[in-house]
Amino acid sequence: MSGPRFRHDEAVDFLVIGVGAAGGVMVKELSAAGYSVVGLEQGPYLRENDYSHDEIKYYFRPGLTNDPKTQPMLYRRGEKDPFKPFKAVEYGRQVGGGSVHFTGNYWRFHESDFHERSLFGEIPGTGFADWPIRYADLEPYYAKAERELGVSGLSGANPFEAPRSGPYPLPPMPAKSSGVLFERAAKKLGLHPYPAPVAILSQPYRGRPACSNCGMCEAFGCEMRAKSSTLVSVIPEAEKTGRCEIRPGSYVRKIEVDARGRAAGAIYYDASRREIFQRAKVVVVCANGAETPRLLLMSKSNRFPQGLANSNGLVGKYLMWDLGCFTCGLFEHPLNEYKGIQVTRLIHDYYRADPKRGFYGGGGIDARFDFQPASFALDGLPPDVPKWGAEYKKALATYFTHTMGLLSHATSLAMEKNRVELDPDVKDAWGLPAMRVTYDAHPDDMKSLAWLQDREAEILDAAGARKIWRMPIDDYGTNRHLMGTCRMGTDPKQSVVNAFGRTHDAPNLFLVDGSNFVTSARQQPTATIQALAYRTAEHLAGAARRGELG
Amino acid sequence: MGLSRRDWVFGSIGGAAWADVLAAAQHAHESAEARPTARLAVLDRATAADVEALAEQILPSGDGPGAREVGVIWFIDRALQTFDSDRRADYRDGMAEVRRVRVKLFPGSASVAALSDEQQKQLVRSIETTAFFGLLRQHTVLGFLGHPKYGGNRGQAGWKHIGFESRMAFEHPFGYYDARGRE
Ligand SMILES: Cc1cc2nc3c(=O)[nH]c(=O)nc-3n(C[C@H](O)[C@H](O)[C@H](O)COP(=O)(O)OP(=O)(O)OC[C@H]3O[C@@H](n4cnc5c(N)ncnc54)[C@H](O)[C@@H]3O)c2cc1C
Ligand code: SF4
Repeated sequence: MSGPRFRHDEAVDFLVIGVGAAGGVMVKELSAAGYSVVGLEQGPYLRENDYSHDEIKYYFRPGLTNDPKTQPMLYRRGEKDPFKPFKAVEYGRQVGGGSVHFTGNYWRFHESDFHERSLFGEIPGTGFADWPIRYADLEPYYAKAERELGVSGLSGANPFEAPRSGPYPLPPMPAKSSGVLFERAAKKLGLHPYPAPVAILSQPYRGRPACSNCGMCEAFGCEMRAKSSTLVSVIPEAEKTGRCEIRPGSYVRKIEVDARGRAAGAIYYDASRREIFQRAKVVVVCANGAETPRLLLMSKSNRFPQGLANSNGLVGKYLMWDLGCFTCGLFEHPLNEYKGIQVTRLIHDYYRADPKRGFYGGGGIDARFDFQPASFALDGLPPDVPKWGAEYKKALATYFTHTMGLLSHATSLAMEKNRVELDPDVKDAWGLPAMRVTYDAHPDDMKSLAWLQDREAEILDAAGARKIWRMPIDDYGTNRHLMGTCRMGTDPKQSVVNAFGRTHDAPNLFLVDGSNFVTSARQQPTATIQALAYRTAEHLAGAARRGELG
Repeated sequence: MGLSRRDWVFGSIGGAAWADVLAAAQHAHESAEARPTARLAVLDRATAADVEALAEQILPSGDGPGAREVGVIWFIDRALQTFDSDRRADYRDGMAEVRRVRVKLFPGSASVAALSDEQQKQLVRSIETTAFFGLLRQHTVLGFLGHPKYGGNRGQAGWKHIGFESRMAFEHPFGYYDARGRE
């Protein structure tokens, strides 16, 4: 941590709330453009030597994620169900946010993802809608994100990908055994496997070393600095400008508005729980698809009694979920999937929706393992293996090294009833209202998952798996791809922000993160979140230069 | 990590340079293995013996060390003292229920640990769907396959059993199929 120290009582040009995947990009772009920036992040500022290869800490305990013991949350599936304590949403809670511990899958949207409503028509009971932007609007910013952060991949290898203005800055990672088996089987079936684009360095890049294949990647921090989090890529650059101050341990509880209804700054608890009010000319919230709506709902005032940016009551609504399905296969020879990065090969053949299937949906399928030793022993084995005893232990000795899985990343239709709200009773350790979440998937999403799981089994069969077992699909689990809740649009009655993340209610309040999403595409939202951040940052810098932000 | 430093000093790896791997490994600060403690902190000895007997049924010795030998009971005691301290009541209530089931199945028996192997199996079969058994199974597995610094997985015996290694770096190929894919 380095950089200037700004005063609280003097307005900085930009106040960024939440320094994660989007916030990290934002602080860098705005400070590099010449503006003073304060980044408030509730979590700590970590370094490579703060991480460890400890499955218990990062898989079973919230080592790098939100902790329901101090920030409780509740969940229910249907409107009539009672809310129960459950870690419904999980996100990275440190400087760098979810980019620190994510798996690194870095998928651009397809062109059709921005206007699927026009292509496929209305889906009753949903908020299925076009985005107010098109792929071409975002393409330069996808390219910039890949370049600035460091993304490995092979352009042109995926025949379904949207047009690219240039190649990936780094060559793809080599295939693991799962990648080789998947590639062979997919080709046999006439599909088009290709090297996974990942925000992980296949070669040294901009002063950071390449990935050493340590294998403790998903859910872990990277000791090599090879995973292209904002923490190791753009945030240090922001601090080098001398105009950016990152304040870790700063938990924002309210955005204040002035007499004119403009954002004036934010009140936060510092690490010793002192209340501080930081003034700012412009406030940019990048607290993710779950915490951004929560903060807006907590920011009630006389002028905005329903919460800030919530005049139309849509803040928190249209939450989308990390829906997917997973099938495992056992092979004759060892794969040792615990080594290396999670995913090296995937297909987008089934990505696009096809009305002939009889439902809206589709997904990308990737080859991976998705387990560490203990998580595999608890949840990875097929149902016919005993849960305890000599047979159980014997199975572990072969299955752990001989198993791979196929994971589909699928649609989650936006529905108004799926939402993030404040709980009226439960409080967190700071006395703030806990988040409560209602989510149930649309029947089309469930049909799509069942259909995709059949495709997974087909591919594993073609790959020569000796045994295939499907993981249950009706258990949505914890949501880690936080999308929707403050959707963008042109109509102020139907959306919370415009195409640049500006709230319809307050002209100097911007929201830029997963909350902006109108549709879920096929998951892996981070590339699009960061492309949106680059686009909005450029817009903000331009507007500030022209004096339009006042 | 410190555990396997000697393993990766030889050979070369993907795109990463050795100097970088070394630098990353040098700050790996966790102690490789917890020093064995002599005393239990949370569980009393009789309860610990019964818990250990159940854990040994979950992961028995035979083809290599089982739950007892790798120190699962030390892991559990430590977990209940530290990060899972709010599960103590679950153990108290769960073991009380185990006791009721045991006395019903085997009237006059003194403890789980004192039952025969077959009797212990019978006992586990009648509790295997309970929430407490789920917790015990999770703790047993974490004590067998979690990082040795938590007091279990002694000598990395759990990791060796399943074929896992904790390292700072691995070289391609990782398995049979990517090795063959390169030919
Ligand atoms: C295990 C795991 C694996 C994943 N793998 C992938 C993947 O392979 N590909 C992919 O695309 N996505 C992946 N994701 C999702 C990815 O992490 C998110 O999409 C991404 O980080 C979201 O970016 P964001 O900027 O919207 O929010 P975040 O990165 O979550 O950043 C928000 C930040 O705001 C902070 N914050 C929140 N509220 C407050 C407050 N009130 N005051 C101050 N600070 C606050 C948070 O602590 C956080 O640091 C994964 C997620 C997880 C958990
Ligand atoms: S596998 Fe590579 S990118 Fe992932 S944590 Fe290990 S060294 Fe970092």
